[in-house]
Amino acid sequence: MWQGFLQIGLTLLILVAITPFLGRYITRVFLQQKTLLDPIIKPVERVIYGLGGVRAKEEMTDWQYVQAVLYSNLVMGIFVFLIFMFQGILPLNPTNLSAPSWDLALHTAISFTTNTNQQHYSGETTFSYASQMLALGFLMFTSAATGLAVGIAFIRGLTGRPLGNFYVDLTVSITRILLPISIVGAVLLLIAGVPETLNGPVSAITLEGATQYIARGPVAHFEIIKQLGENGGGFFGINSAHPFENPNAFTNLIEIIAMVCIPAALIYTYGVFANNTKQALLLFWMVFIIFVILVGISAVGEYQGNPLVNSILGAEEPNLEGKEVRFGWAETALWAVLTTGTMCGAVNGMHDSLMPTGEFSTLFNLFLQIIWGGQGTGTAYLFIYLILTVFLTGLMVGRTPEFLGRKIEKREIVLASVILLVHPIFVLIPSAITLAFPNTLAGITNPGFHGISQVVYEYASASANNGSGFEGLQDATPWWNLTTSISLLAGRYIPIIALLLLADSMAHKQPVPETAGTLRTDSLLFTSITAGVILILGVLTFFPVLALGPIAEAFKIASGQ
Amino acid sequence: MSIVKDTTRAIRMTLILWVLSAIIYPLVIVVVGQVFFPFQANGSVIQSPQGQPLGSALIGQAFTSERYFISRPSVVEYSIGKDAAPTGISGASNLAPSNPKLIKRIQAEVDQFQKKDISLTNDLVYTSGSGLDPHISVATANAQVEKVARARTLSPDQIRSLIAENTDDRFLGIFGEPGVNVFKLNLALDTLKSSS
Repeated sequence: MWQGFLQIGLTLLILVAITPFLGRYITRVFLQQKTLLDPIIKPVERVIYGLGGVRAKEEMTDWQYVQAVLYSNLVMGIFVFLIFMFQGILPLNPTNLSAPSWDLALHTAISFTTNTNQQHYSGETTFSYASQMLALGFLMFTSAATGLAVGIAFIRGLTGRPLGNFYVDLTVSITRILLPISIVGAVLLLIAGVPETLNGPVSAITLEGATQYIARGPVAHFEIIKQLGENGGGFFGINSAHPFENPNAFTNLIEIIAMVCIPAALIYTYGVFANNTKQALLLFWMVFIIFVILVGISAVGEYQGNPLVNSILGAEEPNLEGKEVRFGWAETALWAVLTTGTMCGAVNGMHDSLMPTGEFSTLFNLFLQIIWGGQGTGTAYLFIYLILTVFLTGLMVGRTPEFLGRKIEKREIVLASVILLVHPIFVLIPSAITLAFPNTLAGITNPGFHGISQVVYEYASASANNGSGFEGLQDATPWWNLTTSISLLAGRYIPIIALLLLADSMAHKQPVPETAGTLRTDSLLFTSITAGVILILGVLTFFPVLALGPIAEAFKIASGQ
Repeated sequence: MSIVKDTTRAIRMTLILWVLSAIIYPLVIVVVGQVFFPFQANGSVIQSPQGQPLGSALIGQAFTSERYFISRPSVVEYSIGKDAAPTGISGASNLAPSNPKLIKRIQAEVDQFQKKDISLTNDLVYTSGSGLDPHISVATANAQVEKVARARTLSPDQIRSLIAENTDDRFLGIFGEPGVNVFKLNLALDTLKSSS
């Protein structure tokens, strides 16, 4: 058992060690300071801006920034939808796959444009190499870069700067952060065994004389941006549990670090932007502590195993249903909590088969959305909670709520509330409707309390733009494709619009000089209260669901039936 | 006017970023893979001396004969047979820990193994995540040594040394779990026979 926790501990140590470096690098990129890569990248960027018709010096207002996000994302979504619909006649289709149904293509296009990568299909049997490489792999860069751009624009606004130019932020996110790390990562994965080929599947004659069909493809380049961009959509149906996506513990470590490094670093980036690394570190450790607790309970749950099975085996053995031997209980539990926390959504073991504690942690992460949080947006949500805490404590002690020397007024609180309310609305209402028709709509495959979790998880994953699932759910139906599409869009774009408006209104406020009466937001006490607000808001909104799902299931299993 | 301008800019930027991230970047990695690391880039395929693919060093296979070590149970039969053609498949049971079907299935597996006198370990009764798991735990491999030694009239020590050779250890001795690659182990057993 302690060996397992040692693995988890060392992985987190690596994360803590690299966070300040990456955080500082990201800051330099977005403050347009000198970086090592400048001589190579500057000319490339000039070509991109020239051909794209972008004036790099142009600053955007909040609505211009919003419009640029929406127009670009719409164009990208339509472009990718068309690639899917024409995949039957496009090249790079060695197994002659025909176009998917229109509702699946629509859901997939929306799901990848929103950085969610919820998949109602299996990659190897549904999408050609052209669709994977030219469509899905493309959106993995742009959707991640869109999130990063919005996160950075939000931080700029909070710290009193103009929001910037969306197309410049989009471009530098790709050319200076996502692409360089991806190239290094893809080559490392390739050396460690992840395939990168345009040849079709292999048919092998097994040692016992049967025919085995081995799917392969251009996986390595896809895999690394899938992790790094918090995308999470697997090349193969079974995602990073597939030996070709994640062949050994080395690739597993790379993929884990890739998935969490940017969201963790962005908290530090904020600190450098705001010239207050103390506050950034307090927030970092707050998230870290909640995260470690969730990993702990999940890992212990998997280690102790399933009592119902243990009584058949006559021994206490870890739960390995839906897990790979090379990862075992510890790496799978760590990954499950990370992937739901960071809104990556890739899996290296099946979440549907996790013990109730793991189920609880993954759902909890999807509900809160800030235990690292999605690319760019997660960090922004963290500050939404902070603003809300400033407001609440301000009310309690009777002071004007101020954050970074700027007054929090009605407009800011309204926008913050919108951001926090979108999630429960687009998770709980569609879940309730779907659960009202368990036989016709829901497609539940695990009976009892777990079935409720299956449905709620799917909508929570959509609205949080996560993309993982309790994959037993029969979700390849028009009902699921269309209703989750609504949650995907609402969970992505409503908060983005509100974040940008909020940031702009903060940027235009007259800074209030700090006095002895100012409520300091960079103290341990204030951070603890923020943690309390986050947990209470999250738990109060979603507690009934957690009680009906994982908590009830835990009691049922413990009772031995 | 402004809508037209915004849309054209969005279209132009989409196409440029598409060329960069969906065409140039993947092609660079494909070329690096095919030129410098062709074995890994093409799926670590292991071929017979005649050039016939036998399987991949990274992908498991199903084994039923007494003469082979058996793999973990898979819900997709290791992508073997007609159901997997032509693309290949992967998949997991996705059964919840509370699902009666899981308990029933494991009870049936346990009865089977007890009939064959194979001692029980958890990786042998739980289905894998990918349905293609190439590994079994070292304990599960050791439990099958006597059976294979009898069927092949080999000494158990000879087989144990093959197990050691085909065990993938933890990364740096720390990360992940050690596993015995069943396909490579069984292939080594077959090679042993033909060379002696």
